[in-house]
Amino acid sequence: MRIGVFVCHCGSNIAGTVNCAEVAELAKSFPDVVYADDPMYTCAEPGQAAIEAAVREHGLDGVVVASCSPRMHETTFRRTVERAGLNRYMFEMANIREHVSWIGKDREANTNKAAELVEMAVAKLRRDRPLTAKTFDVVKRVLIVGGGVAGIQAALDCAEGGVPVVLVERESTIGGKMAKLDKTFPTVDCSACILGPKMVDVAQHPGITLYACSEIEEVSGYVGNFSVKIRRRATYVDWKKCTGCGMCGEKCPSKKTPDAFNEFTGATTAINIPFPQAIPKKAVINARHCRQLTKGKCGVCAKVCPSGAVDYAMRDNFVTEEVGCIIAATGYDLMDWTIYREYGGGAYPDVITALQYERLLSASGPTGGRIARPSDGREPQTVVFIQCVGSRDNSVGRPHCSGFCCMYTAKQAILTKDHLPLSHSYVFYMDIRAPGKMYDEFSRRAVEEYGAEYIRGRVSAVYPDGLGQYVVMGADTLLGEPVEIKADMVVLAVGIEAAKGASALAEKLCISYDNCGFFMESHVKLKPVETTTAGVFLAGVCQGAKDIPTSVAQGSAAAAKALGLFARDKLENDPQTAQVDIRRCVGCGKCVRCCPFGAVAETEIRGEKKAQIIETVCQGCGLCASTCPQGAVQLAHSTDNQILAEVNALCR
Amino acid sequence: MNYTYYPGCSAGGSSADYEKSTRAVCAALGMTLADIPDWNCCGSTPAHAVDTELSAALCSRNLDMAARQGVRKLLTPCPSCLSNLRHAAKRMENPQFRARVDELLDNPAAPEFPDVTSVMQGIAAHCGANGIAAHVRGSLSRLTLAPYYGCLMSRPPEVMDFGDPENPLLMENLLAACGANVLNFPLKTACCGASYGIPERRMTARLSARILQLATDMKADAVVAACPLCQMNLDLRQPQAAKAAGARFVMPVLYFTQAMGLAFGLSPDMLGLEKLRVSADALLRKLELPPAPQGSAEGGKPCE
Repeated sequence: MRIGVFVCHCGSNIAGTVNCAEVAELAKSFPDVVYADDPMYTCAEPGQAAIEAAVREHGLDGVVVASCSPRMHETTFRRTVERAGLNRYMFEMANIREHVSWIGKDREANTNKAAELVEMAVAKLRRDRPLTAKTFDVVKRVLIVGGGVAGIQAALDCAEGGVPVVLVERESTIGGKMAKLDKTFPTVDCSACILGPKMVDVAQHPGITLYACSEIEEVSGYVGNFSVKIRRRATYVDWKKCTGCGMCGEKCPSKKTPDAFNEFTGATTAINIPFPQAIPKKAVINARHCRQLTKGKCGVCAKVCPSGAVDYAMRDNFVTEEVGCIIAATGYDLMDWTIYREYGGGAYPDVITALQYERLLSASGPTGGRIARPSDGREPQTVVFIQCVGSRDNSVGRPHCSGFCCMYTAKQAILTKDHLPLSHSYVFYMDIRAPGKMYDEFSRRAVEEYGAEYIRGRVSAVYPDGLGQYVVMGADTLLGEPVEIKADMVVLAVGIEAAKGASALAEKLCISYDNCGFFMESHVKLKPVETTTAGVFLAGVCQGAKDIPTSVAQGSAAAAKALGLFARDKLENDPQTAQVDIRRCVGCGKCVRCCPFGAVAETEIRGEKKAQIIETVCQGCGLCASTCPQGAVQLAHSTDNQILAEVNALCR
Repeated sequence: MNYTYYPGCSAGGSSADYEKSTRAVCAALGMTLADIPDWNCCGSTPAHAVDTELSAALCSRNLDMAARQGVRKLLTPCPSCLSNLRHAAKRMENPQFRARVDELLDNPAAPEFPDVTSVMQGIAAHCGANGIAAHVRGSLSRLTLAPYYGCLMSRPPEVMDFGDPENPLLMENLLAACGANVLNFPLKTACCGASYGIPERRMTARLSARILQLATDMKADAVVAACPLCQMNLDLRQPQAAKAAGARFVMPVLYFTQAMGLAFGLSPDMLGLEKLRVSADALLRKLELPPAPQGSAEGGKPCE
């Protein structure tokens, strides 16, 4: 075999702490290496051209590039060697940047380690053999999890692009958090008015199948061929019959049911349609508060329903959908701010979250758009807004910025003045983060035109003064003075975390998530929509804090990824799959049982039970290879012999 | 049950009433308090503000002598003493620190010190809420009380081991067991101004006024304190606080032991109620008890 080695300088990223020329020189002494060089930027056009030239000039039949992580450029270099006429799998990468130069400063040790990693790659490459990808069919349907504004945008874009969409929403209506907002920054236009038509489009589009009150139960398969089991929770109302007339809600005697849509600022009935523009506009029974379902006595809604839609015997049921890719758009929830006991820990009725305040501002909210204190219904004269409650606070394990709070706080201060011209608003802030288009101008308006008093500093405590008001104690860090304000109402800009259940979904989708539950993108900068699982894309806040325009943009981006994937009729697999040596296989079936993808089948050869890999399904995880007691299953390009050869190279 | 007891310096002076009522209540509950023989000052704020080793040496001498008593539990009424003793015990776990402190002592300190807790925790652990309720002779149900721990009792939480540092609930439990109507007092762990009453009187007046104002607005019959210095600032300096706030306060400030003693039917003079500068007579009338006898010789008018 004739191997060429390229030790990349990566500018000074690697060369700064690794003697690349020396590594290249050492590489020449490794078995089968006939050529070695140390280019400045191997991934750049001249670097790739040099690889191609070397392959031709020196008759190479395998290439090792020692540079960055394979996650960065393996695909790039595979294409390079292919252009040079080699099989693209006759290529190995040694990661001497993330694993060497970036983590150590000792030049000599780094150079040694880099040389050893190159030697291991060479040892592995000597046992590589050309592999060929297989093609398989793609199911051209997309599943979108979450019907907030990001999911809605992705659904509409996919459906318009001709791809059938299955949209799964946990709540009884789509619309997500945006549907709860009164107005939106920086234009102060009505949230329901701009989102409502999009929601209607979802309902009316023939290409979109909407499952509301539904959750993902199970996901199996792989890019192009996912099979998703969906749990449709019992709504106790047959939606095929329900006309959304609302008669049931009017007559329901259980009038003290907590109103989740209104963020628990008011009460609703046990059977209800959450808000006038709900999509689907269908009634749902809250089983925990329904007298019929809890006590077996009532049945009022069934009696008054003109279409006989109420069905107390309804149970959860399941549907399975076959799709080619999945877009996760599960959004966010507010963190549990009641850990802030200095703000009352939830015990003071007039200390509320900004989302609750939004419901008080909204014309379809519990007060009909009148700002009223939850404790006594009085209109507040002084409102204090506290920002960064559960954001940028390491003391509660929340180091991240929630992104949009600065802007909605400015909006709420403006709306407060609009609703109550005699009121006065204070905003305790750490920094004002308003980098979007027209954002800074907007937050300036809150101060300059609407007289909101911004105080830079944190609030140390909020407590009731015994006379119906609240004392807000804080620091003005610009003046270096303590501040005390008597407020009628306190609004907390509560930090966000991934939606409840997001981590369970991530595990079903085999994608990673960070410690606040946000899904991890494939590359922070260059692959913000993809995940590390092929065919699973992200949209909206489930990936990290985003405002509405950015969520919509990412919804469209995810749709573009789905449409791009479906532009091809067939997909190629990665041929680095498991392979069975039939002579060694004893048919024990352990591999069949351990495979998480269902890629190992049982077959019969000359009357004997044997394992068989379905190559287009195999994801190359290697579980079967390490499980097989006979060593009969080997993972192509990670065979036992290759791993041992690498170990030998290292231990020599 | 027997306890070793560390009264602290203020017990002989400014908080003689705390001392008197603590002993009376403990005796009523069957707790035998044996003073550490020849105890010395814990060093208070001046020692630890200047030198932690000095502070630890002063405390270790007391802890060492307590250890020799052979009793496992050491009680002290004063949160500041408690803080110093507990800090010292904790720091002495470090062998290098212990070696430096031992140099300051006549003899090396005992390897193990008794467990130091507040009298409040001691009482709660000794009989629990039910045990206290069993001793109540005259319920405090007519009284609305504002429990006030001061800033030291629960902080720092890793040393004091007093439950939630922002929201301790032990005193509430004890007073509720005595039948009192206990307020959820938001400033229960706020600072009263502490020793700034001397160098920065205005600051202490402002901080104490905030506490007194809130208790007044919440219609408390009394503030119930657990710290000699807090009690002094809120009671003796109440006119100063009122002046700073431009308000008028008539807010008795009892020690929790005094409140408990009243519930146990102990006579006001056993509890030192006559020492209070803001008279508790209105309170006693509510409980249908005779007024406290006139103030003793050391007592004068409250500080203006």
